[in-house]
Amino acid sequence: MAVVVILVLLAVGSVLFHLLSPWWWTPIASNWNYIDNTLIITFWITGVVFVAVVLFMAYCVLRFRHRPGNRAAYEPENRKLEGWLAGGTTLGVAAMLTPGLFVWHQFVTVPDGATEVEVVGQQWLWSFRLPGADGKLGTSETRDITPENSLGLNRNDAAALDDYVIEGGELHLEVGKPVKMLLRSVDVLHDFYVPEFRAKMDMVPGMVTYFWLTPTRTGTFEVLCAELCGVGHPQMRGTVVVDSAADYQAWLSQQQTFSQLQAKAGTKETAQAGNAAPAQ
Amino acid sequence: MVDIRHSTGEPIGAAEVEDVELYHPHSWWTRYVFSQDAKIIAVQYASTAIAIGMVALVLSWLMRLQLGFPGAFAFIDAERYYQFITMHGMIMVIYLLTALFLGGFGNYLIPLMLGARDMVFPYANMLSYWLYLLAVLVLVASFFAPGGPTGAGWTLYPPQAVLSGTPGGKDWGIILMLSSLILFIIGFTMGGLNYVVTVLQGRTRGMTLMRMPLTVWGIFTATVMALLAFPALFVACVMMLFDRVLGTSFFMPAIVEMGEQLQHGGGSPILFQHLFWFFGHPEVYIVALPAFGIVSDLISTHARKNIFGYRMMVWAIVIIGALSFIVWAHHMYVSGMNPYFGFFFATTTLIIAVPTAIKVYNWVLTLWRGDIHLTLPMLFALAFIVTFVNGGLTGLFLGNVVVDVPLSDTMFVVAHFHMVMGVAPILVIFGAIYHWYPKITGRMLNEVMGQIHFWVTFVGAYLIFFPMHYLGLIGMPRRYYEMGETAFVPASAHTLNEFITIMALVVGAAQLLFLFNLIWSIRHGREAGGNPWRATTLEWQTPETPPRHGNWKELPVVYRWPYDYSVPGAAEDFIPQNQPGSAGHAPEGAS
Repeated sequence: MAVVVILVLLAVGSVLFHLLSPWWWTPIASNWNYIDNTLIITFWITGVVFVAVVLFMAYCVLRFRHRPGNRAAYEPENRKLEGWLAGGTTLGVAAMLTPGLFVWHQFVTVPDGATEVEVVGQQWLWSFRLPGADGKLGTSETRDITPENSLGLNRNDAAALDDYVIEGGELHLEVGKPVKMLLRSVDVLHDFYVPEFRAKMDMVPGMVTYFWLTPTRTGTFEVLCAELCGVGHPQMRGTVVVDSAADYQAWLSQQQTFSQLQAKAGTKETAQAGNAAPAQ
Repeated sequence: MVDIRHSTGEPIGAAEVEDVELYHPHSWWTRYVFSQDAKIIAVQYASTAIAIGMVALVLSWLMRLQLGFPGAFAFIDAERYYQFITMHGMIMVIYLLTALFLGGFGNYLIPLMLGARDMVFPYANMLSYWLYLLAVLVLVASFFAPGGPTGAGWTLYPPQAVLSGTPGGKDWGIILMLSSLILFIIGFTMGGLNYVVTVLQGRTRGMTLMRMPLTVWGIFTATVMALLAFPALFVACVMMLFDRVLGTSFFMPAIVEMGEQLQHGGGSPILFQHLFWFFGHPEVYIVALPAFGIVSDLISTHARKNIFGYRMMVWAIVIIGALSFIVWAHHMYVSGMNPYFGFFFATTTLIIAVPTAIKVYNWVLTLWRGDIHLTLPMLFALAFIVTFVNGGLTGLFLGNVVVDVPLSDTMFVVAHFHMVMGVAPILVIFGAIYHWYPKITGRMLNEVMGQIHFWVTFVGAYLIFFPMHYLGLIGMPRRYYEMGETAFVPASAHTLNEFITIMALVVGAAQLLFLFNLIWSIRHGREAGGNPWRATTLEWQTPETPPRHGNWKELPVVYRWPYDYSVPGAAEDFIPQNQPGSAGHAPEGAS
């Protein structure tokens, strides 16, 4: 009997826990509320199946548990019942998969007007790059990385010279503007993860990965790394700020371009060389 | 439709080959240590797996202490934490679950259930165990090597697995891990070929494939899958070993590590992930299919009812086995592979839910109108269904590519795979041990200790892993040494983590009671007799209990399917497979 009670408690308790517990996702800040909707459909379908199976088991144990003189029925197969169950399951699975694939199609189709933003991961730091006046990100190469050129931008590419480079700082995005996040890593796997955006993607050294989103509300959000990247993994944090158009422009005007950073590094080098000279 | 249940009345043909004389041990050493008897090898495999499993249990305690009470235990620093989770995962998946199901239950049950005297290649079978033991020792050695074991996570993703930011990456840890896996796979291949050939060639007269118990079907299919899947892991391990030791670049692109340009270039980290999961997904079913098979037999025996839809059950096992080779990239939806793969892999993954669901229906329909004896094996079987259904259903979240995006790499994934391939198969292992221990030792396990073990384990494990899904839903990532101050994680989530840790300590302690029961009952358990569960399958019909070397005096002959329970008109509520005659035949065409 204890089994019956526990089975019923598990089924009912799980549903109550789902409905009453304070633990739910953070309010969304991107266009991916379709993902949330598909998730909710999945919760409903799977929840009904779980409760039905567990309660059915509880009923069987209650009704057919051994008593002296009992004898089980003998029924090797029942083609009709097996057919119905298989058919019903297929329908339920299709009801989850179909919306899922439609939303996935949106997920992989980047809208034409999306601005490109680059995120670069390294142990254990986030850097960002935004296109300059030409609206284009210049080329880059892991082999070109030096202490002065930490993202490995191509000095001979005009498109790279006017790119805004933000090392270890905050990334700002403009609310309501679709943005394509280009993801790059210089050492190990990382994963650019902002829970409020719902979307995430691994960053793989040697290739550029991407996802896209449209931020839908202003605010400050925490960036986490979601792919194990060594002992500093939990400390690899960053910040994304979603701004109104005016705030965004104000922020952007204060950022430094690649060529400005190069010039500064150049003067520093000359200064260092000058300092070093007397010692010789 | 062919009636698979009973012989058609035609006489069973004479044996095609003579009974072969077995190797007979001449000394204590060859009888109990370097034994070629599958039953001894099974016990060796199982004991080693349980021993290393206890290490994994302690590691899980340590990692949970850190998650529940961050910073309270100074010796658990970040490096150690990652070493603990890595070794816990690898031990549980490979060295415990795979070894115990195939090496343990496979060795013990295949020859006995099929009416064979032993495996067909006893010497290779012995080597299989000793290579497994060597693999375990190499794994354990990494705890004592300079730098300690690898902390790369059980998935061992390069490049971090072989770089200095990861514990053991530039020390011995990763080298010993990869070497141990290579040894394990070589050893497994020897055992695995044995199981497959024994099933195909070693069955006794009358034991057609469609009269094999589902336990054998599960182990057989899982072994075939393992023989096809492990080579992918083998080459991945060899290549990564080359990358680490010889400086090749199979998985290593151009990398700047802590400001320093490395001498690697041109390799693909994602290639490793494809190889790993080409093995790794079938691995889930390599663990699950033996559990499916065993639990079918437990339910049928203890509900005194034939398994419902035997043929459908067999085909579901085979179809799941085949499909599991084309779903691997659902572990990689956010890996950066071509996102268009998502359409294909989401579809195949959700299709696999259909044969899996059929198995669940057939288990609960076997209970329907049964005569359910709430023995310990039955209790564990019921608990398996609950946890497996729960874990299987959350698989529909993660398999559906777009729903996976927010949930992947969060605690939701940890909760899901622990429920479906941790808790569920281990509950079957417990049920199976309570079920077959009387055959192995001749004595029953203690019932009181067993009841305590069951209730604490089942309810405790559910309370650990069910709420854990919701931590992932909040957005809490997995493999975090500490959450720290994170705006979107409420304080109540930390309280939940403390609760989970306390439950983990309690459930772990219950396993110590189980271990004690295993040892205590060898001497003090109630005498079992040859067939305490009144079961139909051949292992319960041996002339001696425990069965001697060679299993049988005269080889048994099989006249019926393994599920003749409560046959109308029969005197008893079970008819053993080797009982001839038409007594208790159901009317033809009743199906």
